[in-house]
Amino acid sequence: MTDLRDRLTPEQVEEFGRELDEIRQQLVADLGQEDVDYINRIIRTQRGLEIAGRGLMYLGFLPPAWLAAVGCLSVSKILDNMEIGHNVMHGQYDWTRIPELNSKTFEWDTAAPGDNWRHSHNYMHHTHTNIIDKDRDVGYGILRIDPDQEWHPYYLGNPVYAVLLAIFFEWGVSLHDLEVDRLLKGEISWADKAEVRRKMRAKAGRQIGKDYVLFPLLTGPLAPLTLLGNASANVVRNLWAFAIIFCGHFPEDVESFSESETEGETRGQWYLRQILGSANISGGKLFHIMSGNLSHQIEHHLFPDIPARRYPQIAPQVRAICEKYGLSYNTGPLHKQLLSVAKKILTFALPPREKDTQAPTTLNGEKERAAA
Amino acid sequence: MTSLIPRRSRSLGAMTASLVDTLLTPHGIDRYLELVDPMKVRNEIRGKVTAVRRQTADTVTLTVHTSKRWRGFHAGQYVRVSVDIDGVRRTRCYSPANSELDPAGSLELTVKVDPHGLVSGHLYRNAAPGMILGLSQPDGEFTMPEPRPEQLLLVSGGSGITPALSMLRTLHDRGDTDGVVFVHYANTEQDVLYRDELAELDRANPGLRVALGFTHAEHGGDLHGFFTPAHLEEVAPNWRQAQTYLCGPDGLMDSVRALFDAEGLSEQLHTEVFTPPELEIDTENATGQVRFEHSGREIANSGRPLLEQAEEAGLRPEHGCRMGICFSCTKVKSRGCVQNALTGELSAEPEEEIQMCISVPVGDVDIYC
Repeated sequence: MTDLRDRLTPEQVEEFGRELDEIRQQLVADLGQEDVDYINRIIRTQRGLEIAGRGLMYLGFLPPAWLAAVGCLSVSKILDNMEIGHNVMHGQYDWTRIPELNSKTFEWDTAAPGDNWRHSHNYMHHTHTNIIDKDRDVGYGILRIDPDQEWHPYYLGNPVYAVLLAIFFEWGVSLHDLEVDRLLKGEISWADKAEVRRKMRAKAGRQIGKDYVLFPLLTGPLAPLTLLGNASANVVRNLWAFAIIFCGHFPEDVESFSESETEGETRGQWYLRQILGSANISGGKLFHIMSGNLSHQIEHHLFPDIPARRYPQIAPQVRAICEKYGLSYNTGPLHKQLLSVAKKILTFALPPREKDTQAPTTLNGEKERAAA
Repeated sequence: MTSLIPRRSRSLGAMTASLVDTLLTPHGIDRYLELVDPMKVRNEIRGKVTAVRRQTADTVTLTVHTSKRWRGFHAGQYVRVSVDIDGVRRTRCYSPANSELDPAGSLELTVKVDPHGLVSGHLYRNAAPGMILGLSQPDGEFTMPEPRPEQLLLVSGGSGITPALSMLRTLHDRGDTDGVVFVHYANTEQDVLYRDELAELDRANPGLRVALGFTHAEHGGDLHGFFTPAHLEEVAPNWRQAQTYLCGPDGLMDSVRALFDAEGLSEQLHTEVFTPPELEIDTENATGQVRFEHSGREIANSGRPLLEQAEEAGLRPEHGCRMGICFSCTKVKSRGCVQNALTGELSAEPEEEIQMCISVPVGDVDIYC
């Protein structure tokens, strides 16, 4: 496979970037009341489900009520984290100047403090998408998910780490900001992370306090059932978020890049990298809402600060542009994408074999040329 | 013993509130209460429009009932009012026109339609009972001292009547209007806001003088044409001994200020401005780069105020009046020199709070935004 820079001619990249900019301008000009009404409807639904879930826990001695409570609370947390939290914190609604929808101050119902996440996600991940050694979301510093991550016996545990990460995803996301791998390598010091740690502790205290202490205590004798219910809702949300997010960048054929091939990138080249480094998940309207429209990861990476509800609307245009320039537009149903991710997690647990090193990634292409 | 009861219930209330806030982390109680009723919020202030009237062809007067948190205002202060227009929250400053002694939680706002104004036009067209407004606590130094000066002159023009009328109504409620002169300018008699009420106040308070000036009419009222020093000699011969409170259009403000300056009495003149003053802008000779540190954006200094430059760079910093009054857009400048476009004052202090809407970069500036 060719170097990222050689994929299109400079003129083509420029034209390609211009076409995407045009889509963006049309979207920005069209933003208005209906976008605010939409997110307010989602917020209203989420808050309603949350209250219903907390209330139903008082009937937790009836198994159907307990299940309904867990269901309501799980959906509430999923909506809060994905369609509301993730998107608001991307600044998708900053144009409204409504303080409750402001990216700088929004806080979500999960363990990771918004402030820490905003930096690692909005800046580190979205700017350096899929650049090995720069985008810390490649394997989250825990997993080997790309052939260009050097193998180590530690990675034999890849599948186990993945399962644990899926179950405890909110804590994984929170700890991610500690950059433990860099701490261990001595690139940063424990003291550098004092502020990050303080925020982590404070947020963890509040989340544990409400889900595992106060709400259970308020249900009196039902406390153990409530605690179990709240824990279940958190785990359901964790599994769902893990699944959606891992399908965004890790299915087969999604490309990774080297620092050198992204040096001095133009806007058009940046767009190109976002498309090649992301994958969509196909599904119905409800599925898109529940995924926070991260099922449109490609559109999200192109325009991370445009309200996510607009992604399905522009997806056909983006796809047409990809076809025009002969670029792959990676999409598939959830089960197919998940299976593809699972295969990678298993494959990369093992040391590279001859055939792996020839895997068609952009990066290898460059190495081959360098060797030649 | 009796004094203990409210204290205990207060602390019980506070405990319940903090427990509820802990349970409703991270969003907090208001995000739930507002879904039931926007007026039920505990930590923010909202206002519900209860009555709307249009006194003149280009103004709208709203009677507003505030939510619980409102702590009352002093006559002459202003409040920041927010409305959502096509999904975007817009904030403007208005001075309540009612008496500060009115029953707690009531406000009267009179808004003049600016032909280019987004918020005033929106309120004029759409205000109806039941409309919910976002409100701030009151702010501003344009208030009478306690005890009030013996001689008091209130001069206003157009919709600038609101803070002056608030002062007059408050004094009337206190039965303390002796030695007060209220001078108000409007284009013609038809444009006088609160005309009947002013006449009524004039009748009811023998020690008060209400004088109306018509800038575009030669008959009726007390004064004609734009403000001249002779007007004051005519209706308020003691004006040199009075404390004067002035609010109105630029022309009126400038002429009155010039008179007080010339007489060396500017310390006795207190003013409130609600139309953006002309900023001293020099875009020709702008140099340097402006770096917005939080967002990582950087643009070449255009010589416009930082708020506008931030918006040009695609940022949307919080702001209110855009004229240096409300401090909503205050941010910390980490490095570089800015000029206050109102006063011309330069400040080069590092890590200094500045108002983005009236601060123009002089050379390179880094700001946390």
